[in-house]
Amino acid sequence: MIAKFGSSWLSVWLLLLGAVLSSCRSSDAGKTEAEPASGPSSAPAATSDAIKVGLIVPFSGPFASLGAQIEGGVKAYLDTHGGAIDGRKVELLVRDTTGLAPDVAKRLAQGLIVRDQVDFIAGFALTPNAMAVAPLATEAKKPMVIMNAATSSITTKSPYVVRVSLTLPQVTAPLATWALKNGIRNVYSLVSDYAPGADAEAQFKKTFEAGGGKVVAADKVPVNNPDFAPFIQRIKDAKPEAVFVFVPAGTQGIAFMKAARERGLTEAGIRIIATGDLTEDQQIDPMGDSALGVVTTHHYSAAHASPENEAFKAAFAKVAGTQLRPNFMAVGGYDGMAAIAAVVHRLGPGKIDGDKAIEAFKGLELSSPRGPIRIDPETRDVIQTVYVRKVEKRGDNYYNVEFEEYPAQKDPGK
Amino acid sequence: MASFFGIVFDGVAYGSLLFLISIGLSVTMGLMNIVNLAHGAFAMFGGYLSVWLGARGVPFLATLPVCFVALGLAGAACERLFYQRLRRRSQLDQVLFTIGFTFAAVAAATFVWGPAEQRVDLPAALRGQVQLFGVGLGAYRLFLIALVAVLSAGLVALVEKTTFGARVRAAVDDEHVSAGLGIPVERVFCLTFAFGSGLAGLGGALCIDVLGLEPTFALKYLVYFLLVVSVGGAGSLAGTAVASIVLGLFDVAGKYYVPEVGAFIIYGLMIVLLLVFPAGLYGRRT
Amino acid sequence: MSSSGVPPIAPRELGLDERFGRLEIGFWLLAVAAFFALPGYLVLASQVLIAGLFALSLDLILGYAGIVSLGHAAFFGVGAYVAGLLSVRGHGEALSGLLAAAAAAGAVGFCTSFLIVGGHGLTRLMVTLAVGLSLHEAANQASSITGGSDGLSGMETSDLFGLFAFDMLGKTAYLYVLAVCFASFLLVRRAVHSPFGLSLRGIRENERRMHAIGAPVRRRLIEVYTLAAALAGVAGALSAQTTEFVGIEALGFDRSAGALVMLVLGGAGRAYGAFVGSCLFMLLQTIFADIHPAYWQFWMGCAVMLIAFFARGGILGYASAVFERLAIVRRGRAAPRPGT
Repeated sequence: MIAKFGSSWLSVWLLLLGAVLSSCRSSDAGKTEAEPASGPSSAPAATSDAIKVGLIVPFSGPFASLGAQIEGGVKAYLDTHGGAIDGRKVELLVRDTTGLAPDVAKRLAQGLIVRDQVDFIAGFALTPNAMAVAPLATEAKKPMVIMNAATSSITTKSPYVVRVSLTLPQVTAPLATWALKNGIRNVYSLVSDYAPGADAEAQFKKTFEAGGGKVVAADKVPVNNPDFAPFIQRIKDAKPEAVFVFVPAGTQGIAFMKAARERGLTEAGIRIIATGDLTEDQQIDPMGDSALGVVTTHHYSAAHASPENEAFKAAFAKVAGTQLRPNFMAVGGYDGMAAIAAVVHRLGPGKIDGDKAIEAFKGLELSSPRGPIRIDPETRDVIQTVYVRKVEKRGDNYYNVEFEEYPAQKDPGK
Repeated sequence: MASFFGIVFDGVAYGSLLFLISIGLSVTMGLMNIVNLAHGAFAMFGGYLSVWLGARGVPFLATLPVCFVALGLAGAACERLFYQRLRRRSQLDQVLFTIGFTFAAVAAATFVWGPAEQRVDLPAALRGQVQLFGVGLGAYRLFLIALVAVLSAGLVALVEKTTFGARVRAAVDDEHVSAGLGIPVERVFCLTFAFGSGLAGLGGALCIDVLGLEPTFALKYLVYFLLVVSVGGAGSLAGTAVASIVLGLFDVAGKYYVPEVGAFIIYGLMIVLLLVFPAGLYGRRT
Repeated sequence: MSSSGVPPIAPRELGLDERFGRLEIGFWLLAVAAFFALPGYLVLASQVLIAGLFALSLDLILGYAGIVSLGHAAFFGVGAYVAGLLSVRGHGEALSGLLAAAAAAGAVGFCTSFLIVGGHGLTRLMVTLAVGLSLHEAANQASSITGGSDGLSGMETSDLFGLFAFDMLGKTAYLYVLAVCFASFLLVRRAVHSPFGLSLRGIRENERRMHAIGAPVRRRLIEVYTLAAALAGVAGALSAQTTEFVGIEALGFDRSAGALVMLVLGGAGRAYGAFVGSCLFMLLQTIFADIHPAYWQFWMGCAVMLIAFFARGGILGYASAVFERLAIVRRGRAAPRPGT
């Protein structure tokens, strides 16, 4: 009977089997991406025990720019340090989660831990992906470095999670404080209708009303809303002193600003205050003049004046080209790698032990391109300066220019 | 009252935008019976072409006819290469092919232009607001509405009054009889598809300022276009126009008056309209 | 060839059991062999099987009843959340979670089937899409229950039969998923080769004629839709239990569209099309992503285009056509020549 079916069926199965086996072989060989030693070889000859870092970020789909930024930041750090830590070569294993896909993220993390034997898993641009991987970090006792995801509760999901990026409440609370200090007494709240939006609204309301202000109304906009015109109209009708905005970083911010410009929100005397996601560095240029004067709070601006920031931007341009301006996600990647390097240095030669690494992360201080940062020993979350910025035009481009700061902010969400 | 007028205007403007891109899809799906999910990709490339030309100093308005012609040619090429054969295949095969095309298009756009959103410089005349009846109306949106009105009139004239239009209608009604009468059916379909793709390209270029252009544009708004075509009835000009205006109005008005309901308005409207008008508002039962 | 692209009823198909017997066994043996041969890839293999099961549930309504749905992930998600919520509230037992998920998803399927059974073509497709999107939005809103867009975390799947733990290596998970897939497949096979299955294919081929001969068309469609929803719920529960997390994307459009692509790639209306399609799709995705993480979609799109263009009815359809041609050639050789 097999003979009657002919070789066509058998060949189909053999092909499948062959593909499966060959993909196993090729993945073991082709996945590791060693960093070239670019600077003068001042480091001693690389020791055999390389440091393996798994990077789990989205490279395709609607969140592709997040992966590009984070990877750029990581590579920028490695490039300026010869791709090695204390002579140990750093192997960066990059994986694409394709976007919001917690099951894929967990699978990739499992592969990195079990097959590739990485020492650190890092990346995590999106909260659900981080949440799904956290229990795995606990089971495998692997340090997990969050380079972007900003939901408060992530660090509570596993004792092996460390964050170097930001939390949303951390950058929202100072905005409310600043608004109160500058005589803004009533505010309209406009956030995207998903969990981070709810967190931002809650934190702003809590801090603002505790200081005597009033949130006159709160609207939730569907995520991926194409046209903000009706919402702008509602805000104009309510005539608040200011509108607090939170939308996911990227195209939604541009959509909001364009609608605000068209319907004359600022001309109606309503100030726009927001978290830095609205005017993040990668998307601020397409906004054009409509963004001028918008006040935001965030932890990083490309216009931050410091030698560390200049070095970072130069390194980023070298590895990722000039098409992309580095934003806070790239800094997350850069600092995440810097933190890993600091921990490896502190632990010394030999295999990286997960528990010792986490202890080394606690209390770690870094001179980041954004300013000084510290890892909270109790919560393993980041403590950093939150800056108040205003959008200004410099030459042909737009920047968030810092004019006030709130140092050593902890995450109020915990 | 002024805000009501403003909402109506915004709804009509949003609907006009949907119409611009959906009309091409309605043409290909209704007239040629091809499920062309790659329509969004054509619109996206129209947008990128406009940006590319704009970066080289071509004024925005001048890029529009170029996008129309270029994407029309691309559509004709695709029709000759792929869609001609796909027309005789099952709808599922068409869906699969066009989804694959869209995947590849999105990845290609990411490779060439990067994942960030593109910047477009509108001419000064189209920025800002125009005061009409005491309400400030966006100049660009006024332009869109006017353009759609002109385009619709042109399309109606084309379909009803020209020989080409008559041939298209004949070929759609009965392909074999038309061929028997000497109508060059293949060429008619090729031109129709090219026209639909050209419209998509034009729509994409016009959309950039309102919807934003980045690689996932091809997929993100596909649902809206399909919605307009299915509610309006594939192949019907009037249906597409009415459906896009209705949807635009309901979406904008819903968000203004009952934002708590939010996204459910559109989904609820979809289900209601589709159950009440199973062949679309002006559709023909195939 | 019918317009929906699935194979017409041929007398041979009635003998489907015997004909494909050895290949079927071969497929499942291969799946078991993977457990031993690929110990490092069991999580991927589990996810391939789960995707295959989900695509199989879609095949029930698409391939056998002719209903094209872009909102099928709604039932996957319902199943996932039910299993997830049970686990979070302390009932982490896997099999009871599965049954609860199937029941819940089936119930939701039953309720929404009334919107689907009346329509046709593009209209019906958009209604399924609207239902899927509505459920997705509902899950987003009910964030106190579902965790909203942050997802449902804190799940812990209890040891299977109190003995086998769901650990990081994914061994227990794989065998569990494999067993459930096999059992589901047997169930589907039973349904398809019964008078119920035949009436479904009749509806797909010519609904009016089925009405004319007095077949209870509407009832059949509701029944198959409910069954397909329940099966999708099982797939969702498996995903939730093995990942120990439920994200809102379980209900999302991407998942529905992905299942559709996998199914059509493998060949709809053919029992194994779903699994072949999911295997091929995820394998290709993994291979292309290895080459270049950022642009794998391009090669994936090209591969899909090629298969859609050259292989009518998906991979299995193509293989079947090739086989048929070979059989004709052999018959031609065996037949006596005219004039001798």
